[in-house]
Amino acid sequence: MTRITVMDAIDQALAEEMARDPAVLLMGEGVATKRRALVEAFGSARVRNTPLAEGIIAGTAVGAAATGLRPVVDLLFAPFLCYAMDELVNSAGKLRYLSGGQFDFPLVAIAMTGAGWGVGAQHNHNLEAWFAHAPGLKVAMPSTAADFKGMLKSAIRDPDPVLFFVDIALAYTDGEVPAGEHLVPLGRAARRREGRDVTLISYAKTVAVCEQAAELLAVQGISAEVLDLRCIKPLDEAAILASVRRTGRAVVVHEASRTCGVGAEVAALIGEHAWDALRAPVLRVTGPDAPAPASPPLEQAYVPQPAAVAAAAQRLMAGAETAACV
Amino acid sequence: MGIRLYDGRAEELLQAMWLIRAYEERAVALQAEQGVPGTCTAVGQEAAAVGVVSALGADDLILTNHRSAGHLLARGADPGRMLAEVMGRRDGYCKGKSGSLHISAKELGVVLTSTIVGGELALATGVALSQQMLGRRGVVACFFGDGAACEGRFHESLNLAAVWRLPVLYVCENNQWQAFVHRRETMLADNIAARAVGYGMDTAVVDGNDPEAVRAAALEAVETIRATGRPYFLEARTYRLRGHFEPDDQAYVDQDELAAWRARDPLALLEARLLAAGRIDADALQALRAEAYRRIDAGWRFAVDSPYPAAAELITDVYA
Repeated sequence: MTRITVMDAIDQALAEEMARDPAVLLMGEGVATKRRALVEAFGSARVRNTPLAEGIIAGTAVGAAATGLRPVVDLLFAPFLCYAMDELVNSAGKLRYLSGGQFDFPLVAIAMTGAGWGVGAQHNHNLEAWFAHAPGLKVAMPSTAADFKGMLKSAIRDPDPVLFFVDIALAYTDGEVPAGEHLVPLGRAARRREGRDVTLISYAKTVAVCEQAAELLAVQGISAEVLDLRCIKPLDEAAILASVRRTGRAVVVHEASRTCGVGAEVAALIGEHAWDALRAPVLRVTGPDAPAPASPPLEQAYVPQPAAVAAAAQRLMAGAETAACV
Repeated sequence: MGIRLYDGRAEELLQAMWLIRAYEERAVALQAEQGVPGTCTAVGQEAAAVGVVSALGADDLILTNHRSAGHLLARGADPGRMLAEVMGRRDGYCKGKSGSLHISAKELGVVLTSTIVGGELALATGVALSQQMLGRRGVVACFFGDGAACEGRFHESLNLAAVWRLPVLYVCENNQWQAFVHRRETMLADNIAARAVGYGMDTAVVDGNDPEAVRAAALEAVETIRATGRPYFLEARTYRLRGHFEPDDQAYVDQDELAAWRARDPLALLEARLLAAGRIDADALQALRAEAYRRIDAGWRFAVDSPYPAAAELITDVYA
């Protein structure tokens, strides 16, 4: 175990997977410029700078994946994925099915997402629900350095296309990361804190928000469980339901805007399968249905805060006016 | 059936062209008479398909577009499995999940039929990158139309293939139509190959209704790619004789232009050439045509006899 940043964990995962499997390659604008160590270790054929053209980067990855390579593409900022939507959604996500299973599409698309750098709405937009809604794709959004390493390694080995989102605010946070082989399966949530009264369900940077909220709640004698989804698709439905069956209450927290977001899916899942265990409605604490602003205080206001999460949990405990929007 | 390799005889090219024509006529009839989902035909473009595909080797790979039947059949696809796919039957190339618009056949090296116009161009660079990085010999033939040449991906693809020296044979079947819009409405240039010159690519423009000329040009293109490792752009000038899809009354088509191109039907042109040269007689021609229709009949019977997929197939093949 060593303490490294999320960015270093990503580099470690890339280097280990490239060493393990000669079919793995990294493409993207500036990846060869910024990751000299990878170029030196694996050569310029396997670490490629590309034109600033997200569509052809993604398309090239899809074609390469269908025919024997395992490409990882770095598309920089999540909003740029809009230029790559056709290749990711219509090709990577659909062609396995359309071909009757003749072709696999083992590719990973990495993009940075979320508030933290004041880069404004065309560089900051949490798009995970868009891709979770598209059949054939998988969507990972880790919160810890160890998970970034372990899940990226799993994503690279996965036979299906994986969108791998890096929450900007987490990029230079650090954590204990096992050296060498460390795999975290996709589709498995992690319980970050055990609790009896309410489950706070989240992923990426708002997992830490939930942990802080749980501390606030503990002071008030409320025992909150914190569940880190880690992966939006496949979603660890069993872990969500098991936790809510224990606590009887749930607050879903994410930075992405509310409408048709991951919180809606999780709330519906709980309503469909754990209705009998619920002691209060499921609440959501999310970013607003607005583009992300650049101004730092406004940008931070975009992110759910511990106090708001704690307040939502308190309302559930009080059992009154629980359906009010927060 | 496996990959069809050609020795280049004109009779062989004609045979493949008749098979394609008979197939597409059947697909049109199935739509009109039995309500089978309509296809996007490439009637009139058979020479371009056969000319290029006949120049490919067994290791070469193909990406194509919604007018793909000719490319697949020229490659050796079984008409029965093609029709079964169009009819949504279990024994189609893609288990009935593709329909006519997305047929791929790994066993024939057909990686993709894209119906997102230009999608084939977006993926071709990646397929070629695999060939390059995995040390495979085969080149990647990417078929698209003048419509796709107006997509941004066309430019992105050509640029990247040129910069990375990828073994792609770009085949623009310039059939003058972009769905319901004539090419003259959407581009000022007459010659799409000129765009490829701008990306530093070797190019050729050929009469797309002459299969022997297309084959010769494609052979040279493939040879050039194998020698240089660089992409090559081949434009085949041809014409879409039927509508955008079936049914389509073509009321929007200039009848004089259509008549002029009908007079240049590639099958009739090649037959006339072979007859004039004494390389084939009328009886042999008749037998060749009849054999094509017989094979399509047999294929249709196979397709009709193939069951529809079980309902459980709805959610298989989504993930590995």
